[in-house]
Amino acid sequence: MKLQKATQFGLYAVLELARDPQSQKSAVDIAKKYGISSNHLAKVMRDLGRAGLVASVRGAGGGYRFSGNSKRVTLMDVITIFEELGSDASDGLNSPHRIDIEDALLSVLFEIDEITQATFSSITLDTLLKTIHWRGQK
Amino acid sequence: MIYNQSKLEVHFRPAEPNDLEQIIKLDKQVSGIEKGDYWMERFTQLHGGLGGHIFIAEKQNAESSDLLGFIVGEVRAWEFGSRPCGWIFALAVDPEYRIQGIGEKLFKEISSVFKENGATSVRTMVARKDQLNMSFFRAQGMMGGPFIELEKAI
Repeated sequence: MKLQKATQFGLYAVLELARDPQSQKSAVDIAKKYGISSNHLAKVMRDLGRAGLVASVRGAGGGYRFSGNSKRVTLMDVITIFEELGSDASDGLNSPHRIDIEDALLSVLFEIDEITQATFSSITLDTLLKTIHWRGQK
Repeated sequence: MIYNQSKLEVHFRPAEPNDLEQIIKLDKQVSGIEKGDYWMERFTQLHGGLGGHIFIAEKQNAESSDLLGFIVGEVRAWEFGSRPCGWIFALAVDPEYRIQGIGEKLFKEISSVFKENGATSVRTMVARKDQLNMSFFRAQGMMGGPFIELEKAI
């Protein structure tokens, strides 16, 4: 599956800041680290700020810091700020005008959507950051 | 084993027959379903040496102890073509004592005996909509495994 660019950038930024909640980083620094557009990331940071996940710090050495609870915020919480996940399967399941083939295909897409959403909803930022440590141990 | 989680002192040990009543009660409180027969059968198998492990977490008072959580599982091999693997069948922690590391400690206790029993991995099954348990198991490092559960209404 592929996430939209804004979603990917939002996840990079929020995880980068949540990794060290005491630190503050500018959008330019984060963009540089991930090799992404700083203009695009600046817009993403504003969306994350409106959602209460990051807070801007003014003054010299200012930037952003993580302002959420990394044990509570899930990947799904971040993703839904930028895009609606899934196909039109769930809408289609309620349609009274379905053709049998369409119906069968929609049920498969619905199954995939449910698994995707359950996966993203069950992984908190803290858990994802811990996987970096677990992967290093392998 | 005694585990001091801030001010709460929790004792972890394998379950005994006289824990059955409290386990059934906590299971009903957490799952909303009373499964007395299931638990009786589990204990019969356990104490008949037919395999399986039940660990409990308890808070000890002056004269009694309160059950705070339990975990149930066993090592199974070659079903579905799977090599020996520790299966977790059930886990519950009293809602008042959650987010204090009790579930994590129960998970570690049972994983440790699974390893002693020859398992190299631990497995469980969680309902897609059960975000609480899925998040818990993911936070222990569990990920989607090599098997997919399939079913059909009959």
